[in-house]
Amino acid sequence: MSYFVNERGYYGDFGGAYIPEMLYPNVEELRQQYLNIIHDESFQHEFKALLKDYVGRPSPLYLAKRLSQKYGANIFLKREDLNHTGAHKINNTIGQILLAERLGKKRIIAETGAGQHGVATATVCALRGLECVVYMGEVDIKRQAPNVARMKMLGAKVVPATSGSKTLKDATNEAMRDWINNPIDTHYIIGSVVGPHPYPDMVSIFQSVISEETKKQLLEQTGKDQPDYVMACVGGGSNAAGMFYHFIDDENVKLIAVEAAGKGVNSGFSAATTLLGKEGVLHGSRSILMQTPDGQVVEPHSVSAGLDYPGIGPQHAHLFKTGRGKYVSITDDESLNAGLLLTQLEGIIPAIESAHALAYLEYMDLKADENVVVCLSGRGDKDMETYMKHFNL
Amino acid sequence: MNRLQQLFKNKKKNILSIYYTAGYPNLNDTLQIAEALEKSGADFLEIGFPYSDPVADGPTIQASSKQSLDQGMTLQVLFDQLKDLRKTVTIPILLMGYVNPVLQYGVENFCKACAETGIDGCIIPDLPMYEYEEMYHTCFEEHGVSNIFLVTPQTSEERIRKIDGLSNAFIYLLSSAATTGKNLDVSADARAYFSRIKAMELNNPLMIGFGISDKKTFDSANEYASGAIIGSAFVKVLAANGDIEENIKGFMKEFMG
Repeated sequence: MSYFVNERGYYGDFGGAYIPEMLYPNVEELRQQYLNIIHDESFQHEFKALLKDYVGRPSPLYLAKRLSQKYGANIFLKREDLNHTGAHKINNTIGQILLAERLGKKRIIAETGAGQHGVATATVCALRGLECVVYMGEVDIKRQAPNVARMKMLGAKVVPATSGSKTLKDATNEAMRDWINNPIDTHYIIGSVVGPHPYPDMVSIFQSVISEETKKQLLEQTGKDQPDYVMACVGGGSNAAGMFYHFIDDENVKLIAVEAAGKGVNSGFSAATTLLGKEGVLHGSRSILMQTPDGQVVEPHSVSAGLDYPGIGPQHAHLFKTGRGKYVSITDDESLNAGLLLTQLEGIIPAIESAHALAYLEYMDLKADENVVVCLSGRGDKDMETYMKHFNL
Repeated sequence: MNRLQQLFKNKKKNILSIYYTAGYPNLNDTLQIAEALEKSGADFLEIGFPYSDPVADGPTIQASSKQSLDQGMTLQVLFDQLKDLRKTVTIPILLMGYVNPVLQYGVENFCKACAETGIDGCIIPDLPMYEYEEMYHTCFEEHGVSNIFLVTPQTSEERIRKIDGLSNAFIYLLSSAATTGKNLDVSADARAYFSRIKAMELNNPLMIGFGISDKKTFDSANEYASGAIIGSAFVKVLAANGDIEENIKGFMKEFMG
């Protein structure tokens, strides 16, 4: 069975390009060119150089000794939190800005929830001197003032999305509307493995550097390039897609994706898409999404803005449906406790998103010689207010 | 031949189609608005079934969709509201909306409900041509439901020919690549684009939509197509104070001269 995209843009039953005709030329142009551009030698050269010298890659694979002791197995952390701008998001924006330049685009648009992808996009636009417009829910703008200020300082225009629930889903709608109205000169940098084909594939290719490096680093550190488990949190699913990529066909490596249960799966305030969702179409692809029986998209909830999305990427839907990946969920409280635990055992304050992946270690039945890689997708600086409130710091 | 195909057979010019959102301004206004529009001279109607994330729509239709959903509109409620449609309304009716509600209703059930209710066709902007051909075409044809495709200034000639081959009622020509509710700018570019499509001599008649708001833009559209579609401008009329039927009559009068 293939776990990767086919020539029609599908992963099994999921994917495709469910877009209005107004977006067809843009998406078709991308579809026809993305692989040629990405595989071009000059692109690869420039992409790798920027990842190394600008982002600071390779990111370390760190054997967390005290955490390992606690869980009775070898826990490795893939340190995406050490990247420039503080998360894995920059891997994708570097790739897409180089691609946009090669497509001759002059203007970049993006959506953002917590602001991490917005900052990563504004950063590469500043780096390359391109106009940048970031759509962000009005509610999120109020919640994430420091990231809004960072984007503005980087020269981006931050446009509030005032429709619907005024959060990530609506920011994505607004970015798509912008693209419909500016079909010629604009490239839309989607921040996750969602959207119409070829976005899920393209973003996962740019994020696949995570598992590519992990394989090499594991071989150096353990003598084997396959761990027993790889784990990552999933909102739309971009860090998980990158963490899984080079392990997907290694059937003896177990893939664990951790969704946000919010206040509890059955609380009505959750973002556990695979548990609560059904197959449907959102933002241009067929996948699994949280919706009413009538097909209206339901508002998710998570303490972590990066996981607060009602869908998952189509590849994740496929990995879930085929059983290749195990999809589990962790509550707000569990994730915050896991964040505190990592901080106190290892001196690393993780993003609350990444803390969801760490929290699932509690539920695993690990053996002493097993190797586990957890993608530490981002750092916790942006989450200090939430941590402070929760723990009365 | 359904009502829509019949209409285009009998009328070649100045066809006026009106879009409005079902369940707006009040949940149960849907049928009454259709009746009032037929009385005021509309040639056919597009009834929008609302979706939570209407990416192709501008602020006016976003707002009407949200209000309609908040008031409890679903596809099932809509089919129930329209069950006696054909007792009072004779003009062709299309449903317009996004693909996810149709998927959840079930494509087969949807086509069946359209046929039973007397719906002649539908417009689903985010249903791509390939998926339509593979999974929907047969079902639509079996139930006599015409699927309407959109064409924009950026749509290639090859693709337009393909769309023409898959269409059996009319082709929806977007005045520009834009979300709904922008005003039509009948620029030299737009005229060149309309002329280019007209010169292709397609099998299907053309209707121009997006940005048609008054008699002037309606008349310009008619120079190039069989008629035009008014959406956001009409939804604004529904939002206005006063008697709905009177407001509709007042709006439609302009086009009936």
